Amino acid sequence: MENGFPSTRNDSFPAGLRVLVVDDDPTWLKILEKMLKKCSYEVTTCGLARDALNLLRERKDGYDIVISDVNMPDMDGFKLLEHVGLEMDLPVIMMSVDGETSRVMKGVQHGACDYLLKPIRMKELRNIWQHVFRKKIHEIRDIEGHESFEGIQISRNGSDLSDDGHMFCGEDMTSIKKRKDFDNKYDEKDLGDHSSSKKHRVVWSVDLHQKFVKAVNQIGFDKVGPKKILDLMNVPWLTRENVASHLQKYRLYLSRLQKESDLKASFGGIKHPDMHLKDPAGSFGLQSSINTNQNDVANEHMPDTKKTLNADNPDPQETSSHMSFDHSFATLGSEVNYEAFDCHIWNEAPKIELKREHKPLLQLEDGFSQLPPCAPEHHVKTDKLHPVPSVTSGLSLTARDGNRVSHVSPKKCAIESFPIQSKGHMVVNHQSYEPVSTAISSMKPQGFNLSCLTDFDYCQRNLKASDSTLAPFNETACLLQGDFHNKYFGLPNIEFTDCNDPSFIAEIPVHWYDTLTSDYECPLDPTEYSIFDQGLFIA
Amino acid sequence: MERNQMHKHIFLMRQSFFDQGLLDEQFIQLEELQDDANPNFVEEVVTLYYRDSSRIILNIEQSLERNPLDFNKLDNYMHQFKGSSTSIGAKKVKAECTQFREYCRAGNGEGCMRTFQQLKKEYAILKRKLENYFQQSRQAGPSETACRPRMN
Repeated sequence: MENGFPSTRNDSFPAGLRVLVVDDDPTWLKILEKMLKKCSYEVTTCGLARDALNLLRERKDGYDIVISDVNMPDMDGFKLLEHVGLEMDLPVIMMSVDGETSRVMKGVQHGACDYLLKPIRMKELRNIWQHVFRKKIHEIRDIEGHESFEGIQISRNGSDLSDDGHMFCGEDMTSIKKRKDFDNKYDEKDLGDHSSSKKHRVVWSVDLHQKFVKAVNQIGFDKVGPKKILDLMNVPWLTRENVASHLQKYRLYLSRLQKESDLKASFGGIKHPDMHLKDPAGSFGLQSSINTNQNDVANEHMPDTKKTLNADNPDPQETSSHMSFDHSFATLGSEVNYEAFDCHIWNEAPKIELKREHKPLLQLEDGFSQLPPCAPEHHVKTDKLHPVPSVTSGLSLTARDGNRVSHVSPKKCAIESFPIQSKGHMVVNHQSYEPVSTAISSMKPQGFNLSCLTDFDYCQRNLKASDSTLAPFNETACLLQGDFHNKYFGLPNIEFTDCNDPSFIAEIPVHWYDTLTSDYECPLDPTEYSIFDQGLFIA
Repeated sequence: MERNQMHKHIFLMRQSFFDQGLLDEQFIQLEELQDDANPNFVEEVVTLYYRDSSRIILNIEQSLERNPLDFNKLDNYMHQFKGSSTSIGAKKVKAECTQFREYCRAGNGEGCMRTFQQLKKEYAILKRKLENYFQQSRQAGPSETACRPRMN
């Protein structure tokens, strides 16, 4: 970290905290400057948002926190907030004379770590160092947790994401804790290779960011992935994780822009799909976990399903799908503690037994095999997700299975047989594909988050190994924390048709094969699978 | 006037601002911020406020001459003006701002005009009173009543 812990710079922390104040109102600027100086902070004032942005860009490491007015003539305060969050990753406090809930909410959604109402009091300013401190804590925690992924902004970026994450502090903490637990378990085996990349943080200069944006545009937003971007950017010292993390932020950024328009809708819990949804991978991750639950519930029906599915499996691609699976398994293999996962996930689905859970896996595989011809699109999305699975744990795998299944079902008409499943799937499809729906969720978000988060942490850890797209993941994670589950969780009217998007097809093979590393043969025999699965979960 | 009497007079004058609802506790905040480093802080801030806000008043005046009225724009200006007025604790002015914005939202041009006249009146009254207050404080010199130190 370029930026030392404040206390190392100055023993009397928070004295000397470097604050940039942005307000077009000179009177307030004068008052705030005086107040902040009285708090022993180091104050820089700025009457124009653009100037502020330039200052921040010139001295990337020159400030600890930004306080900005919401209404400014040259640039909307929210916009400034976006930029600061995206480029500098600094905590930003918004202020306004306007305390309307919608305004405050907008600020929080854009990533403000606090929203102060004018007239601002000394005591409020005295306390702002906490935002800087909190951020540092998260950063340090990430490092300690050997979670180097920039992408895990969940904790570190608490403020940035606060638009989603803030209210979910509870979950946030949980996730950290979980992550730690995992760390403990895996430390011995895993740590070695991760530690190298984790430490350095990339400062995204304007140039670098522009390169990034250019690459994204060139690739096309739908198909974009860290690896591709990285290749296009051609910046030697940049790592895939760096790009993935930035991509995540960028997506959030874009989606927020989009969100502004339908703020209300999103808040109601029903949201129109926006950028987030469009991001297949991201949504996928989430959903997959969710689906898992549903699948479990539906397990009773599963056996039949499998059979049907298997019967149809003539496709060559099956193999590949299996392979990917295997791959993931292999990776996870010994290290993963399935029990942990199972607990989270399965708790929710009361009826489930481990065995049953396995079944979903089976289904997945079936789904895979079947997929090639009919459900390319699905796969596509899946592919993006792929990284996760390969990286990950039983959970994600299961989840995948679920997805597959779901995908499959439409084609196979197996849906009727598993009403429940289809639902779950539907959600998935929906999300991954297009902003198709309206939602209803039957999910129990809390339990969910837990499991999902865990999952994520896990994945992220392992992700390094794989080539897949980190970003989506992270994003998903963020989303989880936010209130946005709602959107993802249950949208009733799913249109399978939407799923079949030709554009995605092209991509499938690539991802697919990328992931396929395995030597696993794909036995069509269901029993074999079940064995396999069992093995997994028994661990 | 004897010095003590002057101080008493100034003290009462200041008190009346609060009693009449012209100022709120933000003004006291400003007084508390005044220290040796900025011995004229309150007056400086008030001066700055009147200099800057006159610009916004002008903007609003011009916008009110337009037909049809751009309520969105008016609301924006008034938001700005209200924010400024908050800075010195100009309570009555602020109340007019709030009223004005409500009329904006209701699309009530008539109400906006009326409120704006009232606002300008309050704005001017406060200005006159504060100028008077600062001037007398300066003449009276430092005292325990949070008045300004003698300037010349």
